[in-house]
Amino acid sequence: MSDFTTWDILRNLLLSARWTVLLSIVSFVGGGLVGGALLFARIGKGRLGPAFARTYIELFQGTPLLMQLFLAFFGLGLFGIDVPAWLAAGVALILWTAAFLAEIWRGCVESIAKGQWEASSSLGMGYLQQMRWVILPQALRIAVPPTVGFSVQVVKGTALTSIIGFVELSKAGTMVTNATFEPFTVYGFVALIYFCLCWPLSKSSQILERKLNVAHRNH
Amino acid sequence: MNYAFDFGWLADYWPVLLKGIGITVELTLVGGVLGIGLGIACAWARALGPGWLKPIVAAYVEMIRNTPFLIQLFFIFFGLPALGLRMGELPAANLAMVINLGAYGCEIIRAGIQATPRGQFEAGASLGMSRIETFRHVVLVPALQRIWPALSSQIVIVMLGSAAVSQIAAEDLTFAANFIQSRTFRAFETYVAATLIYLALAIALRQLLRGIGWTIFPKRAAR
Repeated sequence: MSDFTTWDILRNLLLSARWTVLLSIVSFVGGGLVGGALLFARIGKGRLGPAFARTYIELFQGTPLLMQLFLAFFGLGLFGIDVPAWLAAGVALILWTAAFLAEIWRGCVESIAKGQWEASSSLGMGYLQQMRWVILPQALRIAVPPTVGFSVQVVKGTALTSIIGFVELSKAGTMVTNATFEPFTVYGFVALIYFCLCWPLSKSSQILERKLNVAHRNH
Repeated sequence: MNYAFDFGWLADYWPVLLKGIGITVELTLVGGVLGIGLGIACAWARALGPGWLKPIVAAYVEMIRNTPFLIQLFFIFFGLPALGLRMGELPAANLAMVINLGAYGCEIIRAGIQATPRGQFEAGASLGMSRIETFRHVVLVPALQRIWPALSSQIVIVMLGSAAVSQIAAEDLTFAANFIQSRTFRAFETYVAATLIYLALAIALRQLLRGIGWTIFPKRAAR
């Protein structure tokens, strides 16, 4: 049996952390796009759109992310594709992220005073114009802190993809543990790396919230 | 897609699912009650506690909130035995859930405490109550009432997150699903069934918590 130095452990974990970062970014960006579409369906005027979006959000927020990963993994397989773990992980995380972002953003849009809608409509603006020039610019400001805050949940959510066999930081932690028999050190490092990824995001979310709130009060 | 869905295995395996549901419910119950208790204690410490305690609790909260539940679970179950702290999979799962909810609960409850008007503390003091008594009788209940919806969603999130405890072989609903699909090779159907059960549990838990909220927080007299 070969010996592993602490640096060997840390280096391998850091190398695998690249995949955690990449998957987080893909999920967050993809989830943002799907979530944006979902938002418009949710706050739209029709009957089908809001009902669909509500059901979608309820389904994804009311079931474990782990189950969604399993379903993506085995569900995509039903179409006769050989599903690699990264694909199932990406699809499930994007859909999951979309549900939460859509709901966060809906709160932001709905927090815009009703008078803003009425004022813009009295200027003869159509729905899309109202959105583009009046509502979204204001909602966006409010949306930044909770959106950054949710990115922490996305990074942490990627840990579950290790269970369907995607080799990222958590999976690497398990593999390195199996080689070194030093679970305390390895999982300690894994936790530390996650902390270093997440804590700056949490902190900046808090700082943004304070800053934007101050700006808000001066109106 | 040429796939015939088959839920016939349910006839043989429903007791396995039922047992898994039982464990998941038990984990949620213990985790929820003790987690809220820990959250209240930590919120008190962070908002009103002695100076030396605040940074310790703050470090705990930040540590837990910025690492994945799965890793916390692995650390407790695989890592702690290196320090001589060995425990079974269910106690480890319970401990992880309590610690996790405790940290999130702390922040939520602290927000409720800090929204308490200064005058409430002063009123308590003027009645000759100690700081702890004021906290217990004057501050805590209105604070909990204020943040009950947020706390409820956090409990539901922890319940859904408990699916990860199957990874340390705690025999919860996800573990049952893994077991069934390995026997029947009906992976997709099994996970659909498990997912729907989780959805039902989440909806039921949300209703239960709303009911608890109505019961323990009396409607305040209209001001």
